[in-house]
Amino acid sequence: MFEYKKDRIALPPADAEKTQTCCHFCIVGCGYHVYKWPADQEGGLAPEQNALGLDFRQQLPPLQVTMTQAMTNVVQDDDGSYHRIMILPDKDCKVNGGLSSTRGGQMASIMYSPQTPVGSQRVKYPRVFAGDEWRDTSWDHAISLYSHLTKLILDDAGSDQLMFNLFDHGGAGGGFENTWGTGKLIFTGLGSKMVRIHNRPAYNSECHATRDMGIGELNNSYEDAQMADCIFSIGANAYETQTNYFLNHWLPSLQGQTTDKKRAVYDNGETIQQTKVILVDPRRALTVALLEQAIGKDNMLFLDIEPGTDTALFNGLLTYVVDQGWQDKRFIEAHTTGFEAAFKANRLSLDETSQITGISKDKLIKAAEWAYKPKASGHLPRTMHGYEKGIIWGNDNYRIQSALVDLVLATHNVGRRGTGVVRMGGHQEGYCRPPYPGGRPAPYVDQEIIQGNGQMLTVWACNSFQTTLNAEQYRNEVLRRSDIVKQALRKVRGAGPERMAEVIHKAVKEDGGLFVTVIDLYATRFAEAAHLVLPAAHTGEMNLTSMNGERRLRLSEKFMDPPGTAKPDCLIAADMANALRKLYEADGNAEMAKRFEGFDWNTEEDAFNDGFRRAGQPGAPKIDSQGGPTGHLATYERLRAAGNNGVQLPIKEYKNGQLIGTDMLYTDNRFDTDDGKAHFQPSPWNGLPDTVEEQRKKYRFWINNGRTNQIWQTAYHDQHVEFRRGRYPMAPLEINPDDASELGIESGDIVELFNDYGATTAMAYVEPDIKKNHVFMEAMYFNSVMGDLVTPWTDRNIIPYYKGTWADIRRAGKIEHYDEKVSFKRRRYV
Amino acid sequence: MKLSRRRFLAFTGTTAVGSAALGGNLLLNPAHAAESNRQPGKIHLDYPTTTVSKAGDLKVGQPVSFTYPDTSSPCTLVKTGRKTQGGVGPEGDIVAYSNLCTHMGCPVSYSAEERTFKCPCHFSVFDSELNGQMVSGQATENLPRILLSYRDSDDSIEAVGVEGLIYGRQANILPRA
Repeated sequence: MFEYKKDRIALPPADAEKTQTCCHFCIVGCGYHVYKWPADQEGGLAPEQNALGLDFRQQLPPLQVTMTQAMTNVVQDDDGSYHRIMILPDKDCKVNGGLSSTRGGQMASIMYSPQTPVGSQRVKYPRVFAGDEWRDTSWDHAISLYSHLTKLILDDAGSDQLMFNLFDHGGAGGGFENTWGTGKLIFTGLGSKMVRIHNRPAYNSECHATRDMGIGELNNSYEDAQMADCIFSIGANAYETQTNYFLNHWLPSLQGQTTDKKRAVYDNGETIQQTKVILVDPRRALTVALLEQAIGKDNMLFLDIEPGTDTALFNGLLTYVVDQGWQDKRFIEAHTTGFEAAFKANRLSLDETSQITGISKDKLIKAAEWAYKPKASGHLPRTMHGYEKGIIWGNDNYRIQSALVDLVLATHNVGRRGTGVVRMGGHQEGYCRPPYPGGRPAPYVDQEIIQGNGQMLTVWACNSFQTTLNAEQYRNEVLRRSDIVKQALRKVRGAGPERMAEVIHKAVKEDGGLFVTVIDLYATRFAEAAHLVLPAAHTGEMNLTSMNGERRLRLSEKFMDPPGTAKPDCLIAADMANALRKLYEADGNAEMAKRFEGFDWNTEEDAFNDGFRRAGQPGAPKIDSQGGPTGHLATYERLRAAGNNGVQLPIKEYKNGQLIGTDMLYTDNRFDTDDGKAHFQPSPWNGLPDTVEEQRKKYRFWINNGRTNQIWQTAYHDQHVEFRRGRYPMAPLEINPDDASELGIESGDIVELFNDYGATTAMAYVEPDIKKNHVFMEAMYFNSVMGDLVTPWTDRNIIPYYKGTWADIRRAGKIEHYDEKVSFKRRRYV
Repeated sequence: MKLSRRRFLAFTGTTAVGSAALGGNLLLNPAHAAESNRQPGKIHLDYPTTTVSKAGDLKVGQPVSFTYPDTSSPCTLVKTGRKTQGGVGPEGDIVAYSNLCTHMGCPVSYSAEERTFKCPCHFSVFDSELNGQMVSGQATENLPRILLSYRDSDDSIEAVGVEGLIYGRQANILPRA
């Protein structure tokens, strides 16, 4: 309910139900507690009268609690009862230590309530497009239509015609239960390889290179940042995108508060020194700006690199380091292969490096000394490398990552406490699926769709209308082909699912149509193209396990019912599989029916036990699980007992009632390769791809893009929450004041961005820290799709170069209302 | 609660006609009354009226500290130098906010250059000229605004209410000791 002024709050009574949950959003996975109690009750002000144990009879001192109205809600369960909920950060969680971010701090707000704007947007029942309108329907009807059509296409044209846009992660909309349920349906049952992942157009890894070299991308603990001599941050903006990892681990280290942690793991006599940080980013991001205030300039080095030249930076540093003799020769000799060949291929002088990257030689040398020059005691420094979208979405993902890991291996910055070469991550992880049936590179599914291939597309908990590259062409083609099916459906009256499936089949087989199913919390932008929408449940409405960026597995407990008849993705997948099994059984096709066996699940825990806990066990099929072969040690009961600290995968043992995990990988110098050695990979600098270079030459502005603190991914919740949408009614576009002035642009103006691939709009936000001819745009926004401007170029594994975008900008106009409602003050803490 | 016309103007920042319409809505909305009614006949907490300063004593960009609605709630009064929504005083540029960041209660400080409030603990920034809107940072609510009233007769600025929950409280008014 809308509350004017909002000057009081209902406290949870002392006996309120208390459960554990991880934040739904970023990879950090902060621990929270959920309090739930009858809506007509409230706790008292005295500490013994409320569940928080705090004395509200007087003003609380700072840092005691984070408790705002955004952390509360009133929800209604299936039995009609109303309850209040309050979701507060867990002080005992090692991840966040009681901190909440602006994303996690609003979890209660986005939980389903029939009375909130965001709640009213949830899809409550399956919907089918019939005639010319959406009709709510039963699961039986929806699944019957889906399975009949699937079978018609599968029998007639084979699994390559069944396409999927699919989540592959943990956190909200994911989790080990749901990746397993969907994976088992699609890979084992349907046998389709025509699958693309939520943010990229093929089924691939964003970390193929590091894995090929023997190093999984999440190889240290958050605590290692507290033990590091140097934190090397590349293409990451941790304050905004991994907030409490930064605030609770990086910052204390950089502020000199973690000497004891260093002492506990360093060698005898090893120099303990002030932690330094090197930040590689073409943009002076919020993290850079606030660190100047928080730690001072002496302990930080900001390398404002030319876009797309990271490979040259790493190769230049490697060359300099080896020329100085700072590499770990013993480690290279004993535990790696290919050093000489990679060094020879990657060699780049400091002069060349400086010229390519735009970073002065002095700064390059300073970076090399901070990160790799032996310490006073003779020990090699412990440098932790954290990278994210600057590399993941950078110029040739595979090549940059190889160059970085080459540098890390040469200096032995893996497997020692205080080191690591880790992706910082976007969302949480939670991968558990049968092996992908396709090859590498996997099919470029977006292009297949654009070229008219695929008869049926299922879009599962993702929205590539907002998140893909070359998005405008992709959207247009999907909508055009979807409309062919809609036209056919308009002529169908009085038909059951079987008959509807036949009509659709003709439209997709003979007329070039595409049948689209969207499975999601909301009718997303992709639902504009859909013919069937199935309502899913998310964290809190189901039990769900995920792991964070340090492989910390936690169980987020169910504390409320999903809206309407919405259900967990794994159980939707099971419904589909069971329906297909019955259809094939009725056909007398035992072989096909068998492929859809093993979905007799009643709960999400059944899916967890079937996938995550069977991986590597005798008699089980091959399962690719981030839990590995010891996942079976984790049960819901044990994870409940492990609380918000959970256990870091892989699990070593279950002992004395506790799950014992692994804080750091590769401490034994045995890497994930056939010979157990880490493999250097040649990765010479090779400039920008031609397709991208062409746009760069034609268009003035480099369109840097990524996330801002307050907005999560596609803004699927945020676009319905006033605190967020009110802040950014359109994607903000940071632009340099001189550039803005030259183009007649002021903060709050609507600007159009355009190049050879498409056009989109954004809300100008003048910011002096942005370089001339650069801009930074919120990516993936609901009404400003930056992906419209991104070329279809990908690396060898079909990983896009989202950051490799150039476009022109013009002022399109102004919505005066923005001036009164949106702050355009500087976002940077300066 | 007595709702004076002047106070209306202070916290709605709108015209007499507009505020009358809003006032009717506030007072008559039964759902609103049901939600927050603690004392029969009232829909608002009993905020005190406290004189904070004379408008003429304020200098642009020089914040004045005060407490409201009680001595354990530090606040800042500031003349921003620009007419703002809900600002009071002859120039309509005097505003006041709670000093406690809504995230974790650290004291925010006023930046005269940016006309923002900034929190040194987790780097949240709030706009003093836009109802305390969070510009960036980790809070989930805007900075609570202290509602002000201006009296022409003696040039005084009075604090008369709070919009938003002050950090570290169940309700903005503490129980009597």
